[in-house]
Amino acid sequence: MTRHLEVLDAGVFSTTQDLGRHGLMHLGVPRSGAADRASLMLANRLVGNDEGAVGVESTFGGLVVRAHGALSVAVTGAPVPVRHEDRDLAPNSVLRLRDGDVLALGRPRVGLRTYVAVGGGLQPHRVLGSGATDVLSGLGPPALTAGAVLPVGPAPLAEPTIDHVAVRPPRAGVVELPLTLGPRDDWLHHEARDRLLASEWTVTPRSNRIGLRLDGAALALRHRHALPSEGIGLGAVQVPPHGQPILFLADHPVTGGYPVVAVVDDEAMDSAGQLVPGQRIRFRLSQRATLTPPDRRR
Amino acid sequence: MTETRRVPAVRPHGTRAFTVEFDDVRAVMAHHAAVVAADLPGVAEVVPAARTIWVEVDTTVRPVAEVAAVVQDLAPQEVVESARPVVEIPVRYDGPDLEAVAALAGATPEEVVRRHTRVLWTAAFTGFAPGFAYLVAESGEWLPEVPRRAEPRVAVPAGAVALAGEFSGIYPRSSPGGWQLIGSTGVWLWDLDRPEPALVPTGVRVRFVEVG
Repeated sequence: MTRHLEVLDAGVFSTTQDLGRHGLMHLGVPRSGAADRASLMLANRLVGNDEGAVGVESTFGGLVVRAHGALSVAVTGAPVPVRHEDRDLAPNSVLRLRDGDVLALGRPRVGLRTYVAVGGGLQPHRVLGSGATDVLSGLGPPALTAGAVLPVGPAPLAEPTIDHVAVRPPRAGVVELPLTLGPRDDWLHHEARDRLLASEWTVTPRSNRIGLRLDGAALALRHRHALPSEGIGLGAVQVPPHGQPILFLADHPVTGGYPVVAVVDDEAMDSAGQLVPGQRIRFRLSQRATLTPPDRRR
Repeated sequence: MTETRRVPAVRPHGTRAFTVEFDDVRAVMAHHAAVVAADLPGVAEVVPAARTIWVEVDTTVRPVAEVAAVVQDLAPQEVVESARPVVEIPVRYDGPDLEAVAALAGATPEEVVRRHTRVLWTAAFTGFAPGFAYLVAESGEWLPEVPRRAEPRVAVPAGAVALAGEFSGIYPRSSPGGWQLIGSTGVWLWDLDRPEPALVPTGVRVRFVEVG
């Protein structure tokens, strides 16, 4: 068989991810893709791949894989102990695996999702142009299990030119996320709008790739009637009637019937994808512009 | 003479997207037809819904405010009949909510079935799940609107033919759902083995046909 990666242990939860499905939201197809896109792209660059090549996203670590054929790999994202046969290796480095070598990821110190890219890219069965597992719609390859075999594409023509990069790890403790208000911030009572920005929110264990379910002082909505479902994007902060917001991540639904009162800046969503249950969030108003200047909205 | 046309309101959705608001689903369809026809540079995603069109912009191509202004100012287009043939959906009208729907509409179950099969439906938009088309009756009102069930079902089977509000729909796969179930079909709305997985994409017309 050609070069491939064999999953010996999928750890807590591992999937294949790339940058997702684009231009299909009107069919009800979510974008999906890596929850921390920057880390996947970095891993791909380290091994000489296109930034959007398919890699493994390992949630809470524990992934163990065996190389079949010589493979170059890079491990990025949430920093974990990386064990290559009997050696401990540094993350954010290019590692050379020989045929039969075993690579094992430990538990992350900080952050939640660790990425493994392989030179040549993983080649799982693509669905609608992407190898991303979408836990909401069920599109894409199934989540990885022990015994899964992931074929690897031809090695990139250009050899990687660096073998280690210094990267700031995901933050521990309270993480600040910038957001812009709207489209439905007028559904929040004034006090609720202030509370959204002033209070701390805890990431609950009921969070997943679809969204972070937050816990904090409930946000009261002005209206009790339903909002006709409307399109929503990455980073949307949706408030269901019980008042505990959901921050939508990569596998978010394409439409939703609860009001989206604010949207976290796209640039901050990679760090949102690294938040661990129990970790706290504070929202602040973004400096970035939406299409309507805020003073026109007051 | 200049015709005064009300420009639809726009709401911000983050720094890369916006939501355009309309009074009803027909206005959405007419404006969506204009957006599609305009094929605007910088538009990454367009998601029409019941009262809104959500647009995501590739801000490396064009600023979001610029795209929003252009989309707002588009003249709504006559929704041209899809060139694609009408999709016939064979339905067994055996849904557990058929009686309740008839009672809500002040009609008999037979009358609900007669009207549901008589009217031509158009896919106004897709959402909720891949391939789930929100169908609107072509000749306007076909029945008084029926509300969603007060208590959503944990699992609605694939192929369930359902009603909610002004819409009719068919569940592409088993999922939780709050729509009123009036029948079932063996037709697959979403099949990745087809060149075009969605059987009923936006704009395509549907006729329900009763089978024994």
